[in-house]
Amino acid sequence: MPITSPEKYWWKPADKEEKIWISIALLWCLVLTIMMPLMHLIGTQNPSVNPMKIRPQDYRTVSEAFIEKYKVGEEQGIPVVEPPDGADVYLRAQMWTWTPILKLKKGVNYKFHISSVDLMHGFSLMPLVMNFQVVPGHDNILNMTPTSAGTFHIICNEFCGIGHHTMVGKIIVS
Amino acid sequence: MASELVFRTCPITGKKVYAVTQNLIWINAVTAVVFILVGGIMAFLVGMTRWPAVHLLPADLFYRFLTAHGLNMLIFWIIFFEIAGLYFGSSVLLNSRLAAPKVAWLAYILMLVGAVLVDIMVFTGKADVMFSSYVPLQADPKYYLGIILFAVGALIGCGIFFGTLAIAKAEKTYEGSVPLVTFGLAAAAIIAVFTLACGAIIYIPTFLWSLGLITNLDPGVYRLIFWGMGHSSQQINVTAMVSIWYLLGALTVGAKPVNEKICRSAFFLYILFINLASEHHLLTDPTLSPYHKMVNTSYFMYLAVLASMIHALAIPMMVEVAQRKKGFTKGLFEWLTKAPWGEPGFPAMIFSLFIFGFIGGITGVVYGTEQLSIKSHNTWAMTGHFHATVVGGTTLAFMGLTYYVIPLIFRRELIGKKLAVVQPYIFGIGIILIALGMGGAGTLGSPRRHWDITFAQSVIPFSFDPAVIFFTTIAAIGVLTAVTGGAMYVGVSVLSVFFGRKMAANEAKLL
Repeated sequence: MPITSPEKYWWKPADKEEKIWISIALLWCLVLTIMMPLMHLIGTQNPSVNPMKIRPQDYRTVSEAFIEKYKVGEEQGIPVVEPPDGADVYLRAQMWTWTPILKLKKGVNYKFHISSVDLMHGFSLMPLVMNFQVVPGHDNILNMTPTSAGTFHIICNEFCGIGHHTMVGKIIVS
Repeated sequence: MASELVFRTCPITGKKVYAVTQNLIWINAVTAVVFILVGGIMAFLVGMTRWPAVHLLPADLFYRFLTAHGLNMLIFWIIFFEIAGLYFGSSVLLNSRLAAPKVAWLAYILMLVGAVLVDIMVFTGKADVMFSSYVPLQADPKYYLGIILFAVGALIGCGIFFGTLAIAKAEKTYEGSVPLVTFGLAAAAIIAVFTLACGAIIYIPTFLWSLGLITNLDPGVYRLIFWGMGHSSQQINVTAMVSIWYLLGALTVGAKPVNEKICRSAFFLYILFINLASEHHLLTDPTLSPYHKMVNTSYFMYLAVLASMIHALAIPMMVEVAQRKKGFTKGLFEWLTKAPWGEPGFPAMIFSLFIFGFIGGITGVVYGTEQLSIKSHNTWAMTGHFHATVVGGTTLAFMGLTYYVIPLIFRRELIGKKLAVVQPYIFGIGIILIALGMGGAGTLGSPRRHWDITFAQSVIPFSFDPAVIFFTTIAAIGVLTAVTGGAMYVGVSVLSVFFGRKMAANEAKLL
């Protein structure tokens, strides 16, 4: 019984069935283990590979400069920015907006810098469902190439206060 | 001193049950049930708000009650019950007196004061920070103080457990090795010490930060260490739950582990590897390097997964062997079809094993890979995953055990046995619906911790695929079902504990 002490010598060899099961499970674990680094080499969708730190106030300054430089319009008070091909793109999360609205080109690679100037936020690109944690003080650097045209939305999926559910951003790919 | 040595002999198991141990198990278990009641009411309100067809609460109350739901369920209900379990697993199973009962009462009081303080802060709106309380979102200092008091109390409880093991060994109250259930609970207690240490490392500076004594607390570091506590506390649950599966196997069909070596080695793997996997919370964070993430979430995590795979064989295997010995040998599955499905412990164990393994475990392994985490991080699918593990797995196993603890330890006959028999089915089905509904909606992008998935108030309009609403409705039906099952559990256990017929000293009836 599992509620009483076992017999004196309980270190006994496993049965054949047990050995088969454990071997299969171990093999499967090894396959999964190998897949993890392998996907970094052959996969095209990986998390940030070079994490950087940036103070929130510095991030605000660079992202403001980015907006000013490439601003092409405004939509409901939110700046619309069209960066040149291959540019560094700054997407700022703050309670409760994603700034700016981005206009990007299909097939062009952009280096995204996503960070927050206040609380933790969650970058969730819809309808693709790609999610990244946005941490104040840290720059989530992601190389992204839009592969299809259309309007994409960014919703916030990390609780960031009472207006969390209103935090929606936009990326237009042409 | 003499009063600490008063005991009775259990007429069913022949174990010595010390009066002080019995009282401590009683108070911790009853308190746990009070917290599951609070958390359950919150579950109903929060679940009905997530469902756009009802959308019950205003936004501020939704976030507040969601915070309360997480804390009352994940921390207070489960850890109070586990402390009761640790006293049972050490003092009762080893026939030993409990180490320092007065200190055990102090531990209980610390935990209770901490829990009540946290709940007061949350319900008065001073800590709308969610279970994870990510810095720099700030709560009242008394909130962090409450968590620290609770954690210190729980840590002392673990110390009482280890102390009792030492006393039992020194006084030779058992022969040879400790029973498997005690071994499993010891693994859980070791994991708990690591977990609570992480809690102290992160909550003490956070408390000082909320007082203004520290100004610079890195949110990335907070996340790293917080999850050393936040996820590891779920690993305590896993380990305690597996121990309880073995216990329920013994109580319901008289099952005996087929190979003690294999079962114990699997628990040992948990101790070594399971906590290292908590970094999977940070897979999409900008703080850790890919090498770090790969090491932690690949082989470290998979060796813990291997341990679960071993238990997943060992438990059905011991049930099958026990049943076949009783003569249920016809065909491949007579042992299963003729199992005591009309006794609450058996369906609770099987549902718990099934929901934990097939829904919670598989989703956990999938979402824990670095690339697939991008698809699931912070979505409602994550919420579905941990409802399958912690609610469908741990909570359901604890519920099943309660129906045996009441007659065995508290010596009361169950009131509402018929309700107790159907309760695991109703609760289990509810949780399956919740996990699948949340998983479906989350896979399509529905976020967790979100008041309004229709985005009615946002400046930039956005709406989900209508299938999200369909899956949310399935989850809501699951919430209603599971809340019904939860209410039955609270009803049966509270009524039985307080008003159940007192059993005679030699009455050897289990259910």
